[in-house]
Amino acid sequence: MMAQPATAQPATPATIDPQTVVADDPVLAARPENRVWKKFRSHKSAMLGGFLVGFFVLMAVFAPILPIPDPTATDWGAVRKAPSAAHWLGTDEIGRDVLARLVWGARASLMAGVVSVGIAVAFGVPLGILAGYFGGWTDGIISRCTEALLAVPFLILAIALAAFLGPSLTNAMIAIGLSATPVFVRLTRGQVISVKAEDYVEGAHAIGLSTPKILSRYIFPNILPPVLVQATLTIATAIIAEASLSFLGLGQQPPAPSWGSMLNTAKNFLAQAPWMAMWPGIAIFLVVLGFNLLGDGLRDALDPREH
Amino acid sequence: MDSPLLQVENLKFRFRGQPQDVVEGISFRVGRNETLCIVGESGCGKSVTALALMGLLPRDSVRFGSGEIRFDGDSFTPSDHDRIAAMRGDRMAMIFQEPMTSLNPAFRIGDQIAEAVEQHRKCGKAKARERAVEMLRRVGIPAPEQRMNEYPHQLSGGMRQRVMIAMALANDPELLIADEPTTALDVTVQAQILDLIAELQAETGMGTIMITHDLGVVAEIATDVAVMYAGQVVEYGPAEAIFNDPQHPYTIGLMASVPTLTGPRRRLSTVPGSVPSIGQMPEGCRFSSRCPFAAPVCASRPELAEVAPGHRAACHFAPLDQTLERRA
Repeated sequence: MMAQPATAQPATPATIDPQTVVADDPVLAARPENRVWKKFRSHKSAMLGGFLVGFFVLMAVFAPILPIPDPTATDWGAVRKAPSAAHWLGTDEIGRDVLARLVWGARASLMAGVVSVGIAVAFGVPLGILAGYFGGWTDGIISRCTEALLAVPFLILAIALAAFLGPSLTNAMIAIGLSATPVFVRLTRGQVISVKAEDYVEGAHAIGLSTPKILSRYIFPNILPPVLVQATLTIATAIIAEASLSFLGLGQQPPAPSWGSMLNTAKNFLAQAPWMAMWPGIAIFLVVLGFNLLGDGLRDALDPREH
Repeated sequence: MDSPLLQVENLKFRFRGQPQDVVEGISFRVGRNETLCIVGESGCGKSVTALALMGLLPRDSVRFGSGEIRFDGDSFTPSDHDRIAAMRGDRMAMIFQEPMTSLNPAFRIGDQIAEAVEQHRKCGKAKARERAVEMLRRVGIPAPEQRMNEYPHQLSGGMRQRVMIAMALANDPELLIADEPTTALDVTVQAQILDLIAELQAETGMGTIMITHDLGVVAEIATDVAVMYAGQVVEYGPAEAIFNDPQHPYTIGLMASVPTLTGPRRRLSTVPGSVPSIGQMPEGCRFSSRCPFAAPVCASRPELAEVAPGHRAACHFAPLDQTLERRA
């Protein structure tokens, strides 16, 4: 829809903003996704969340071309230096530039967030659809397993799995993803149960559509909005989990930078070099806040009751 | 007329865990180019009958006691899910009561119709879309090429019901089951939709089962009428006979409870009470608890007996006029 030609160019913005064009065109604005866009754009905290997330994403994407030192290069002449013109955010205990490590650490954090939630969605949503749609013993088995996993606290489960799989960023992502799966199974199952009672699903049966078609075209698209919201919010949780695992030494391995492992080393120098802990702490706080605001905004924008 | 399009014999089923049948041994037939109206108040079993014919009742919760369906010469039982599934959407189609919620909100209407075509014709996407445009034009949707790309929420209720009809008829079904297709629509739109169905029926020669509680609709379109009460057909016959000469007290009660514009103003008559719920059905005639003519004989079940050629009523006192004369 973004590719729509800008026929109705609005008067105010000098540059053509595709979103404004969409929102101003009465035909396009009537489509649900555009209504959602419009609502999302008027949601101030969601836009702030989007801005924060966007900022960190750009930072992670452009890490290699930003004018920053190598994040693993040590400088024994500048150990634990406070922020200065040479090192904007200071240096750590072996003289590495904190800003560079923060920027490269964003890659680990965001990737952990996105990949682990991707794993959780990839496993959780199909299982939830099977459980919700077919019911009976299929539902029984899937739901009991889900409940058993949900009985264990999320982080404990992730730590146990990561320890079992062995310390590495990949294993940490798998561990976090599997630990977050039950939430998606539960959410999807509930949504499917409500959507499958809709008239249009009965209608689909009456046309004689096959079960795979009904699942993929009638059930899946209509359960997507809440799953999307949950996924956004879970990215925030997953980023904290990755930081926690890295803090415990179960995630990103040195010397590669990660916010969690930066905090881990920083804790030994809190009194002498507080900036070492402060910056990754702030980064985690902001990116998690960003994803949470974004998720809340999406939830409000996708809520049909509030139109 | 000897072999009708659809003949249903002694259809009987109950839902798991219920002590009595929801539909108890009903029979009816629909010929090509004919419209059978199934009439009755809410909860009398008319919608579940339609769903049973389409094989749309949840398999694990329905128990068929008996029944035989003969469709165009083929004979099978209502629990023969594979046979029914093979015909569903292809040789028999159904439209529902709620056009507002019966279309998938996540897809353009053109894609939905095309999908129904593709499923059964195994033709390519382009052919299916062509057919969808043709169907939209046939159901009277202006500028069908553009409408194809619209989402259901952009259409009015009447338009959506037209889309539903287009989708149902896209594969040229021989039988159309319409479950109160006009109940949710404005009166003016109702008439348009009924006209449309009648028109399409005349073009294609399909048989139609119309489920409704609106006697106005019945009078307009029915060839035959089956009056259902508490899971049984209590009166069955040609529409004219049912309207001019109703023989079952329940049918008479239904007719009397339609408001009229002409004649002296009077209090609208009603049938007192409501349909007894499953498990609380009287032993004999199920209408006896609400019937003004109820007598001890009604403790035994009346047969659906012929009162005039082709016109049958399940009442010990039918034909009623003779009974009334005798009493007077």
